Amino acid sequence: MSAATPLLDVSGLCMRFGGLLAVNDVALQVHEHQIVSLIGPNGAGKTTVFNCLTGFYKPSAGSIRFRGEEVSGVPGFKLARKGMVRTFQHVRLFKQMSVVENLLVAQHHHMNTNMLAGLLKTPGFRRSEKEALERAAQWLERTGLLEFANRTAGTLAYGQQRRLEIARCMVTRPTLLMLDEPAAGLNPRETADLQELIAELRGEHGLTILLIEHDMKLVMGISDHVVVINQGCPLAAGSPEEVCRNPDVIKAYLGET
Amino acid sequence: MMRNLKPALISAVVVVILSGLLMGIRLSQQGTSLVLVGAGADVAVKIAGAALFIFLFNLFRDQLTALWLKVPALPRTPAAFSILAARPAAHRLFWCFLIAAALIWPFLTNRSNIDLATLVLIYVMLGLGLNIVVGLAGLLDLGYVGFYAVGAYTYALLAMYFGIGFWTGLVAAGAMAALFGFLLGFPVLRLRGDYLAIVTLGFGEIIRILLNNFTSLTNGPNGIGNIPKPELFGLEFSRRASEGAQTFHEFFGITFNSVHRVMFLYFLALLLVLLTLFVINRLLRMPVGRAWEALREDEVACRSLGINPTAVKLNAFTIGATFAGFAGCFFAARQGFISPESFTFIESAIILAIVVLGGMGSQLGVILAAIIMTLLPEVARQFDEYRMLLFGLLMVLMMIWRPQGLLPMKRPHMELRT
Repeated sequence: MSAATPLLDVSGLCMRFGGLLAVNDVALQVHEHQIVSLIGPNGAGKTTVFNCLTGFYKPSAGSIRFRGEEVSGVPGFKLARKGMVRTFQHVRLFKQMSVVENLLVAQHHHMNTNMLAGLLKTPGFRRSEKEALERAAQWLERTGLLEFANRTAGTLAYGQQRRLEIARCMVTRPTLLMLDEPAAGLNPRETADLQELIAELRGEHGLTILLIEHDMKLVMGISDHVVVINQGCPLAAGSPEEVCRNPDVIKAYLGET
Repeated sequence: MMRNLKPALISAVVVVILSGLLMGIRLSQQGTSLVLVGAGADVAVKIAGAALFIFLFNLFRDQLTALWLKVPALPRTPAAFSILAARPAAHRLFWCFLIAAALIWPFLTNRSNIDLATLVLIYVMLGLGLNIVVGLAGLLDLGYVGFYAVGAYTYALLAMYFGIGFWTGLVAAGAMAALFGFLLGFPVLRLRGDYLAIVTLGFGEIIRILLNNFTSLTNGPNGIGNIPKPELFGLEFSRRASEGAQTFHEFFGITFNSVHRVMFLYFLALLLVLLTLFVINRLLRMPVGRAWEALREDEVACRSLGINPTAVKLNAFTIGATFAGFAGCFFAARQGFISPESFTFIESAIILAIVVLGGMGSQLGVILAAIIMTLLPEVARQFDEYRMLLFGLLMVLMMIWRPQGLLPMKRPHMELRT
């Protein structure tokens, strides 16, 4: 793939719920190894954009190209298999399952799911289980959750649950990680850790990251590119510095004076 | 108490009106005309008694509720026992004992008990099968009996038209039920919760009505008789061998005893149950088992992780249907005669009750519940028409005391050893 083709290319994205135009003509480009942030005031339609991109909503209009391939309207699970994986604004773990099982479920698609192999415990099946466990252990270690591996996921502290959600995305081997307000509810210390983790995911694991975030310090600290939307419409886009100085953005955030 | 006076009065009046109309007045024939006759004084006294009871019950219901709450809950399992039970070795030992007991038992008891135990085993199989769909995958299936019927009729029809034996029939019945499960599941598994329950309920009824009315193929309400009994490696369990076959007692040189066949059927059912248990136990530890649980918890999260919810649900539905097919085939072979009457909605309800009573997802619970649900109507036979009332009472009490079921599920958790 040439450097000029963006990994994710969104243009003219519209999402209409009955009479409400929640997202209007949003365009967005994410190049490989970039960290792009999507910001905007509450209710601006950021999560709706996310839901369209990840196949949870079928957009009313517009095109979404992932690696040059049109994926608008493709169901969510297929997109996840293509390498677009997301987290949720409100943590959505499998709370009754253990931490390590959360990570095993996420690897479902990569495992040996042949019924007969599983029933007879063939060597191939055992190997697949072992590999999955190893991969899970590796990511638990990176997110500092290894000691909680056999705990029930619902009993973890909030910050740990957030990290587990990211680990769960990582074991699916994504190329584009989409984080929906990952710092929401974290204290400054945890936010700093998160920033480090995101930077590492991009740097060492070659990920591309699309981020929705309210924490401006985090956004300005790690983003290569920032897209601002307001009331469903694109407002501004550019480097963090440009966006910060943009009078329209300031007006949208602080209100008209 | 004064607060309850009005509702108490109203319910007493309702009792008087309803039972007065239902029991107090009768139509009687005098010559060629019908006349209304009032019931005797004894009935009037009974009605008054019932009304008084309802009145007092409602008047003092707050006090009764307080009393009710003081009734001790069923004893919790002692901690030492649960720790012991959690150990895999203890677990294995327990199951070994259970299986050994099941193997020895038929030699120690009489024919009718073995027969009853075989019936219990059929319900265990059905309960375990439905448990996959309802308990593990969380899909409410009210038409499970449809697959049971498909299995039974597959074997019966194949035996009638093509003369195939039990073992081939077993495979065919399982495959056919699986196919039906797959075909039904494909369109309906996009539905959720209540809607799914209604569609499956409809499916169960359609199967029964189809069997009832497709007279040219299924013999309709007259049913199919003379379904061949299972045989052991070609050995028949009858007094005289049919042409070209050998009987069990001749082969082993023992005198003919009709109990042999009953025992054989029992062991066959036991074998099928053990097979079912083995398969389910493996499934729980396989990726698909984890996916079922994950799907039950959060479907949206599953989709975001690349799991196709419809495919995973379809899996559960098809596997569950397969076991119903096996059970149906065995049922047909055991009875020797089947008709659509055997596959009414009440069967679905009983199987579902077994799953819920046992504790959703729990296998030992399902076995226990199947035993209770099958034996209770037999034991309570002396209460004849009040039998179902007793049954209902038991269910209500269960739901109050142990809403999670007799033995709630403990799923084998995957451990990470470091």
